[in-house]
Amino acid sequence: MFTFDLFWNALVAGALLGGFYAAVSLGLSITFGQLDIVNIAHPAFVILGAYIAYMGNEWWGFDPILTGLVAAPVFYAIGVGVYRFYYEAFERRDDEALRGLAFFFGVMFIVEVVLIMAYGVDFRSVQAPYIGGNWEIGTIGIPTRMFVPCMVSIAMFAAVYTYLARTFTGRAILAVSQDRLALELMAADPVRVKQVGFGLGIGTAAIAGALLIIIIPIEPSVGRLYIGQVFAIVVLGGLGSISGTLVAALILGVAESLVSTFYGPSWAPAVAFSVLLIALAVRPQGLFGR
Amino acid sequence: MTRFWIGAGAVIAIGLLLAVTDIIANSFWFFAAYVVLQYVVLATAWNIMGGYMGYVNFGSAGFFAIGAYTAIVLYNLVKAPLLVMIPLSGIVCGLMGLGMGYLTLRLRGVYFAIGTLALAVVLETLMVNWDYVGGATGAYVIRPRTLEPFGDYVKFLTFVMLVLAVIAVAAARWIERAKFGRGLHAIRDDEIAAECAGIPTLRLKLIATTLSGFLMGIAGAPFPLYVGFVEPASAFNLAYAVNAIAMPMIGGTTMWAGPVIGALLLGTAQQIANVTISSELNLLIVGLVLVLFVTLAPEGIVGLVRKYFGRGR
Repeated sequence: MFTFDLFWNALVAGALLGGFYAAVSLGLSITFGQLDIVNIAHPAFVILGAYIAYMGNEWWGFDPILTGLVAAPVFYAIGVGVYRFYYEAFERRDDEALRGLAFFFGVMFIVEVVLIMAYGVDFRSVQAPYIGGNWEIGTIGIPTRMFVPCMVSIAMFAAVYTYLARTFTGRAILAVSQDRLALELMAADPVRVKQVGFGLGIGTAAIAGALLIIIIPIEPSVGRLYIGQVFAIVVLGGLGSISGTLVAALILGVAESLVSTFYGPSWAPAVAFSVLLIALAVRPQGLFGR
Repeated sequence: MTRFWIGAGAVIAIGLLLAVTDIIANSFWFFAAYVVLQYVVLATAWNIMGGYMGYVNFGSAGFFAIGAYTAIVLYNLVKAPLLVMIPLSGIVCGLMGLGMGYLTLRLRGVYFAIGTLALAVVLETLMVNWDYVGGATGAYVIRPRTLEPFGDYVKFLTFVMLVLAVIAVAAARWIERAKFGRGLHAIRDDEIAAECAGIPTLRLKLIATTLSGFLMGIAGAPFPLYVGFVEPASAFNLAYAVNAIAMPMIGGTTMWAGPVIGALLLGTAQQIANVTISSELNLLIVGLVLVLFVTLAPEGIVGLVRKYFGRGR
């Protein structure tokens, strides 16, 4: 059943969804795209962030986005810790590819199971004044529940992008996987730089998680589905291209929204993974790859 | 006749003896043994690609589930008997493995691993939307209550799984000793160098992925009869994918004994934890043990034994 009303609604909803996806994939775009660390556990950290926003909201009635902002430095510290461990255990021994992957797979699994043990598999959601509102522009409805996360996501994206493009450390993060030696000659320690980059990537997961739980109620295992989304976005956008990640996030959001409107929501999970498979097979360097 | 074949024969003989007699009266032990043996097949199949060839497959659950769903289709179509389901499920998954082998032409390392994960989710979505096999709600398969001379049907299933496990391990052991296995090792160490040295890398990879897929398929084929009710969430359970990786990594990926040891240890531990503690906690243990072994003992238990007892194979 195709009508233009439905189409425009799906398009707008998809763009908002895509804006949110940008927040979820930003961290992976840094860790995987820039630092060459296959952090398959990234979505698990996003879910962890969502549960922290849930706790703050449930216990003290804090605003989820505020909680996310407060939790971000803590996540940064966790990220630094995880990277130190990863470096000592795998990267220094030059043994990162397969074992590192298995390591992050294990981390993902641990985070998920701990959350299941703490909160069970019930869906959890948060309360905030901007959840449930709806703006009508002509026949197009814009739910504030989608609009606010999308705006926060884009603001975060812009902030991180500016940091990476303007500051010395930011540029060093962009440079570290391209030429380690040159970086050392610039008197920057690659390990420290990667540590900051990885911390930053995990830090964004705290905020992305808060946005996630605003958009949709979650339970611990939904993180797995986001592996497809985030990797599809980062690969499609092109490894090493932060702005490509934003474009790819919007494309995927719109594609998912159209499929779920016109074919039914049960097909939506396949969209991301199909995009990923096609991107890997046809154009592994992505749209804006280096 | 080597020691291995005598041992394998003895294992099957003992299994048959236990299955046809009533020495173990409580059928719970067979239910538990079935799961452990199923993991022996899955872990061994994973190791052919992951351990010998160095291509990590995150989609084991997808192969396992397609094996199970092939069995359901056969059951719905013609009420096919188990011994027909197993080879056909194997063939379907073998063909899927072949397709995955062609994927290795473009995808290496990390990209391949993510691609396999993607494949599993796409397959799951297809099954959720395919009503003939029950869609999202699942499909029932009626298990015969008894089968002579085994008595309880579960005993028969467990014995079948034991035979499949022996077949899988024998195949892995053959690969390890044949020239084929050395070719796979060369691919794992340096694919381009292997290609330059005249190893037909594509052919070897295709054979390995097909065989690995086939073995995962036969592991999944009896699953519908074992549980009686199959839904996508249970057949595509991430636990299969995690265990298929964790077990060889814990046991050791370089030798056929590795996945077997890993599967027996971890599988048994999970079965015990399942009854005594909780199923979530047992998954947590798997995750922790995986991280621990990957970090501290990259060569697994087999590697530890070799290191401390200084014995070759």
